[in-house]
Amino acid sequence: METTASCRGLTRRQLLSRASAAGASFVVGAGFVAAPDAAWAAETAHLDARVFATLVQMARDIYPHDRIPDENYVLAVKGYDSAEAAPGITAGIAALDAAAQGKGFGSYLDAGWERDRVDILRGMEQNAFFQQIRGGLVTGLYNQKSVWPLFGYEGESYSHGGYIHRGFDDIAWL
Amino acid sequence: MAAPFELSDDSVVVIIGTGAGGGVLANELAQKGISVVSLEAGGRYLPEDYINDEWESFGQLAWTDARSTSGDWRVATDFPGLPTWIVKAVGGSTVHWAGASLRFQDHEWKTATTYGNIQGANLLDWPIDSAEMAPWYEKAEKKLNVTRTNGLPGLPGNNNFKVLEAGAKALGYTEVHTGRMAINSTENQDRMMCQQTGFCFQGCKWGAKWSSAYTDIEQGEATGNLEVRIKCHAARILHNDAGKVTGVEYFDADGNLQMQAARAVCVAGNSIESPRLLLNSASSMFPDGLANSSGQVGRNYMRHTTGSVYAVFDKPVRMWRGTTMAGIVQDEARHDPSRGFVGGFELETVSVGLPFAAAFLDPGGWGREFTSALDGYENMAGMWIVGEDMPQETNRITLNTELLDQHGLPAANVHYDDHPNDVAMRNYAYQQGQAIYDAVGATRTFPTPPYPSTHNLGTNRMSENPRDGVVDRNGRTHDIPNLFVSDGSQFTTGAAENPTLTIVALAIRQADFIAREMSAGAL
Repeated sequence: METTASCRGLTRRQLLSRASAAGASFVVGAGFVAAPDAAWAAETAHLDARVFATLVQMARDIYPHDRIPDENYVLAVKGYDSAEAAPGITAGIAALDAAAQGKGFGSYLDAGWERDRVDILRGMEQNAFFQQIRGGLVTGLYNQKSVWPLFGYEGESYSHGGYIHRGFDDIAWL
Repeated sequence: MAAPFELSDDSVVVIIGTGAGGGVLANELAQKGISVVSLEAGGRYLPEDYINDEWESFGQLAWTDARSTSGDWRVATDFPGLPTWIVKAVGGSTVHWAGASLRFQDHEWKTATTYGNIQGANLLDWPIDSAEMAPWYEKAEKKLNVTRTNGLPGLPGNNNFKVLEAGAKALGYTEVHTGRMAINSTENQDRMMCQQTGFCFQGCKWGAKWSSAYTDIEQGEATGNLEVRIKCHAARILHNDAGKVTGVEYFDADGNLQMQAARAVCVAGNSIESPRLLLNSASSMFPDGLANSSGQVGRNYMRHTTGSVYAVFDKPVRMWRGTTMAGIVQDEARHDPSRGFVGGFELETVSVGLPFAAAFLDPGGWGREFTSALDGYENMAGMWIVGEDMPQETNRITLNTELLDQHGLPAANVHYDDHPNDVAMRNYAYQQGQAIYDAVGATRTFPTPPYPSTHNLGTNRMSENPRDGVVDRNGRTHDIPNLFVSDGSQFTTGAAENPTLTIVALAIRQADFIAREMSAGAL
């Protein structure tokens, strides 16, 4: 798995000067996607940056957790930025944008409300592209150890001696 | 201590599989001085190798060879290539099992008699009963060191159990406790005490849970009479013109086809692989597969009427802490047709980590309805429904000649349609499970569909009459006197209880039978 996305030495001003806004959530430039405040950025090698930004938004709309930062969604779909996967993803996102246009939006990212984007996704949830992305996220997102604490999940316990002295029976509200 | 036997040595008993059936049988025979070669398709992993990480452990242990599914069960939709969650390793699914060790109830040996004619169900009485099995259950409970037997204390209840217990008692249930578990509640025998680590499904890193991987197999090897060959996948059982089996062809770790000669062969590859092997062993003498004159090989596949109920509360539960399945409500296990179905079910605590919760809580689910449920993960409690499902002739394992495994052998197709009795039981269990959690203030409950099957039963069933089943009261095939079935595929019916204790008891009993037959010169 790749390391977490970073700004790769660009200052916030440099980054934003080289980028254009895509929807409300992302700025995209040549080969990179970044947060509007440049808190993070991800470089793309095979996917068009705007396609990748749309994919990240789609991932969040499928499994929205408001306390999970964008970096985890970026990481969850970064594997699709490969020579092998890119054509299928590009076609899938094109279909997603076409569906958005059918509902009166310029593109998927132009739909500002989650409910509108979800409505677009509902219309394609049976198709292979949607299921590929959703299925991949089940492990791609939730198997990232960095998201576990946001759910309270503690992960492995053997190295800590289990929970026999660490609260296996500490429930107090019953 | 491995005891290498020659491939041509036809004095050995060849056992296929090293789990609850095959692993125990191998040790029991070895202890009696009988030479055994065990073929294990997977590798050997011991407590120090087990991984406290759900997906990584799944990659290490799970049987993920090619399989297909059909039928109206939800597993065929949610996990079409993964009908089961069982283990491919020394120890088989005793590495993964949660340790629940319950005896069948008296009437569960005689369901055709007790339940009467249930349309669409292929019910049959077992040729054995509670009285016959009592001494073997006793030996099995001693071997496994089962809590609440032989004066052993129960395990302490974890948070998940306390929620279940409070809710169940509020509903008036009385048979509520931390279970009969093959997990040490005290320091004794060769195994240490449970450290409440969780991850029971991923292999117990303390060895507190019984698994044949590090008990029976090692004890058998220590006699010098047992050789375990790992990464050896049985391909075909061979026979002679007299209709007796003579050996087993298998692919070794390097993928080369080998043949081990045998005095007798015992099949214990779990209820998917065991019938598959018999079917893949078809010959001109046995064109429908070995031991299949009844046509019942592969049929009557059972997998328990499972399902889970999860609930979210307004305060933390942290269900993942502690023993996964040390908690049970037994009041509903009785046979009481007034509930709208025959047979009964157990409710047992269950928990999954966040990664598996995402995969199994509502397979295919997405959007905020799904993610808000996971957002409540820390405040979640869980229980598993284990109920008796109806044997049906059409629920069966067949060979899928369009889908080959890595050795080029036809893969198993697993077909399962729910019987109306299964559906009625599951819906009632969902309702009771949700009521249990509602009684202690659940803010949201989830009637979760069955996972890939862990209890796979019945595909080589035991019968008094050779016309009705594949094996006799000793697990010997009706058709071939030196071919045995030694796993859960022998089950005539499934009962409401987790099957491992019964598989172990049957294996101990079968070892006794085989040894007696050998002494008498009859095998």
